[in-house]
Amino acid sequence: MSTILEVKGATKRFGGLTALLDISLGVAEGEILGIIGPNGAGKTTLFNVISGAIAPDEGQIVFDGERIDRLAPYVIADRGLVRTFQIMKPFGGLTVFENVLVAAFLRRADPIEAAAHANSILEYVGLASFSDRQSKGLTLAGRKRLELARTLATDPKVLLLDEVLAGLTPTEGAEMVALVKAIRDGGVTIVVIEHVMAAIMALSDRIAVIHHGELLAIGLPSEIAKDPKVIEAYLGKEFHAPD
Amino acid sequence: MRGRSRTAIWAGLAVVVAVAVPQTAWWDLNHTVFAQAVVSGLLIGGVYSLVAMGLSLVFGVLDIINFAHGALMTITIYVSYLLFQNYGVDPYVSLVVTIPLMFVVGVGIQRFAINPVMDAPVHNQLLLTLGIAIIIENLALVLFTGTPRSIELAYARNEFDLGVVTLDFPLRVFGAVVSLPKLIAFLVALLLAGVLYLLIQRTQLGAAIRASAQEPEGAELVGIDVRRIYMVTFGIGAACVGAAGSLVLPFLFVAPTAGATFTIIAFVVVVLGGMGSIPGALVGGLVIGLTQELTQLFVPGSKFLGVFIVFLAVLLFRPEGIFGKAQR
Amino acid sequence: MIRLRQIATASSRDLLILLGVVAVLALVPLGVSRFTLSVATAALIFALAGIGWNVLSGFAGQFSFGHAAYFGLGAYTVAVTFTKYSISPWLGLLLGGLVAAIFGLLTGWISFRFGLKGAYFALATFALAELLRLTFNKFDYVGAGVGIPIPLAGGDSWGTLQFENTPAIRYFVALGLVALGTLAVIVIKRSRAGSRMLAVREDEDAAASLGINPLRAKLVAIAVSGFITGVAGGYYVMFLMFIDSELAFGPFISVVILLRPIVGGVGTIWGPVVGAAVLSILGEVTRSLVRDPPSFLQVIEGVNGLDQVMFGLILVLVIIRAPDGIIGLFRRFRKRSSQ
Repeated sequence: MSTILEVKGATKRFGGLTALLDISLGVAEGEILGIIGPNGAGKTTLFNVISGAIAPDEGQIVFDGERIDRLAPYVIADRGLVRTFQIMKPFGGLTVFENVLVAAFLRRADPIEAAAHANSILEYVGLASFSDRQSKGLTLAGRKRLELARTLATDPKVLLLDEVLAGLTPTEGAEMVALVKAIRDGGVTIVVIEHVMAAIMALSDRIAVIHHGELLAIGLPSEIAKDPKVIEAYLGKEFHAPD
Repeated sequence: MRGRSRTAIWAGLAVVVAVAVPQTAWWDLNHTVFAQAVVSGLLIGGVYSLVAMGLSLVFGVLDIINFAHGALMTITIYVSYLLFQNYGVDPYVSLVVTIPLMFVVGVGIQRFAINPVMDAPVHNQLLLTLGIAIIIENLALVLFTGTPRSIELAYARNEFDLGVVTLDFPLRVFGAVVSLPKLIAFLVALLLAGVLYLLIQRTQLGAAIRASAQEPEGAELVGIDVRRIYMVTFGIGAACVGAAGSLVLPFLFVAPTAGATFTIIAFVVVVLGGMGSIPGALVGGLVIGLTQELTQLFVPGSKFLGVFIVFLAVLLFRPEGIFGKAQR
Repeated sequence: MIRLRQIATASSRDLLILLGVVAVLALVPLGVSRFTLSVATAALIFALAGIGWNVLSGFAGQFSFGHAAYFGLGAYTVAVTFTKYSISPWLGLLLGGLVAAIFGLLTGWISFRFGLKGAYFALATFALAELLRLTFNKFDYVGAGVGIPIPLAGGDSWGTLQFENTPAIRYFVALGLVALGTLAVIVIKRSRAGSRMLAVREDEDAAASLGINPLRAKLVAIAVSGFITGVAGGYYVMFLMFIDSELAFGPFISVVILLRPIVGGVGTIWGPVVGAAVLSILGEVTRSLVRDPPSFLQVIEGVNGLDQVMFGLILVLVIIRAPDGIIGLFRRFRKRSSQ
């Protein structure tokens, strides 16, 4: 499997605070890479750097064989690297359908074609019956699905999902895990940030652990769970295995 | 650091200009005209500062574009005018009526008209205040017709023996004429600016106002009734512009639209000085007053041309204003 | 597939409404006075200008408080090309729209590049319109403080767009322009460009994360908006047969333009037209009430400014009671009655 996304020595400082320090990791085409770490570890900053929201002070981001650090977020999205936001940003004044339509237009100019695509995406994520609702009226689970639907409608190569499971009930979470897996099986590479440990262990092919802005470990979930550094720094304190 | 060195460059440039200009032939011919422009600009600039302070407070704390600001001034212009004409009340004495009156009017407007739309989109707030301005201006038209009026202060051309010096008005400074009403307006405006500054910076009410401006939710959490603070703030803003109305009466034509031009000027000053900043409004007012009079000097009949150019430049290059904190 | 049919029906529904509205409005010249007809014509012209405003401020969410700039540029383009170069006002309308669109692109590019938004963008547009007013008031080429009168050709002429004998035609041309403008907006709203404007209005960061260039979406909006308002201004000259800097660029014009879509419903297809109709009728009613009041209101007869006071009161009430405009009020009402 080839590497589709590569972070090479990314460093980002905010004043005196080092949010990311020399992070290097590669994402293989078709895998689900989970990124875990305590609050403030730098996970979202890493997403911001990859998606172009902020430029890294040092290092490079290579996507599909080309450097993308220094590109505007919309250019990166246009190339097929699309993110969701931890604090969701639905277009509140638009309906669910219109939200997805905006994204569907990225690859097709014809309104009828775009509408058909938006429709099939809504069907796929299970929001079809909410099409005409105002998006700000959705439940948390609904908004997370909508956010996912929007990114999917852009026909992405790589999806960056920022805490799509947080705050969901166990049933909703299980449905979301199944959905994300189905998306991967459809050929989309996925990077997820997550707090819900059990879910991310089950979901991810590989896991990267970030702590104080540094990459602590990266490997298979079973390896990560056994890694003494990880256990000491992170899992040991916060990880409570659900029996 | 970059900001400070830039300030130094500008200051240096100003010194060079100040030294060089008087050497030119143009100066020999025009220095009186020039001095007059500077003096007039500073004097009217003081009034602009006062008007803008009220607006700046409202803009900074409530974050709404108040297009009724100048119309509020129209109210006190008429109130002071009527008090003067009917009861012979000196316009400066009428301040004790107009300032509290406008505070109450401002609180009322905020309470009944603006509080209900605090969460509405910016255009609705703007239109609401515009609607209020239309009502006020046209009520004035209904009650007093559009005929411009003016008053004459009996003592505007008197000599004043101050013991140390005798001031003979209109005064002459470097060849420029300084009329007494404008000087008083300027000085009282500065005084009120100082009072307002102390009120905002040194009192508990001021602290609550500043807290409501920066962190409305946080202020709410520590027990500040933000809606009430909004009412008080709008009241203070209205009181400022109300005071300005009484101050300009002796040298301005009284008409329903008399206050309207001040609205736009005040917005320019607020943006220039930094929204919510009292010292910014003070300096901004003086700068705009000078800009206006100097433009008038070089392009007669278009004094606002320079004002709007300065305005656009500030919007583009330093939208946080001279005294605002950089946010970008 | 149900959805596709909905899209098709939604568009064709708007098109049907457009046909219906045009058909009804086409009947107005029958049996109204010359004066009423000219009020109606002016209403249509400002509806068109409002349609333009609505594209930038309603769809793309960039509140303009200086649309008089586009209106005035369109007006002066027609006036100058016609009086100085004998260019047909038809071509003049097109040129006027283009000049306004280019001005929008240039100033929009600068403003958006420098990150102006919200109240600051509104103030910048206001300042730009004022600068144009003050500048045009100074230059002899555009008549300076005197303005530009359009020489009367006499009689009716499609070539010079003057219909002295048959004001109904003048009204129909305005109606045609409004119909075209509305048609353009119906198409734009369903298009990719329109969808992007809405996304940028709602949340720029989210829009960018979906591959939309916010700057470009806003520039498309300001160009289209400027063009439509510029055409309206161009036709306004042929309606007034005169233009000066105050009538073209005055702050009052900006307010008149933006009031229509706001009262009707910001960001809706029909807002500007509904708003223009309601405000014109309201204006005429209050004016005639003051001019010729019923006996129990004799005191208000001919009182200058009273109609404006009523107008202001209604405006304030509308904003507090119906913040989404008349169309929003209508929708809320329908929703409630359907539940």
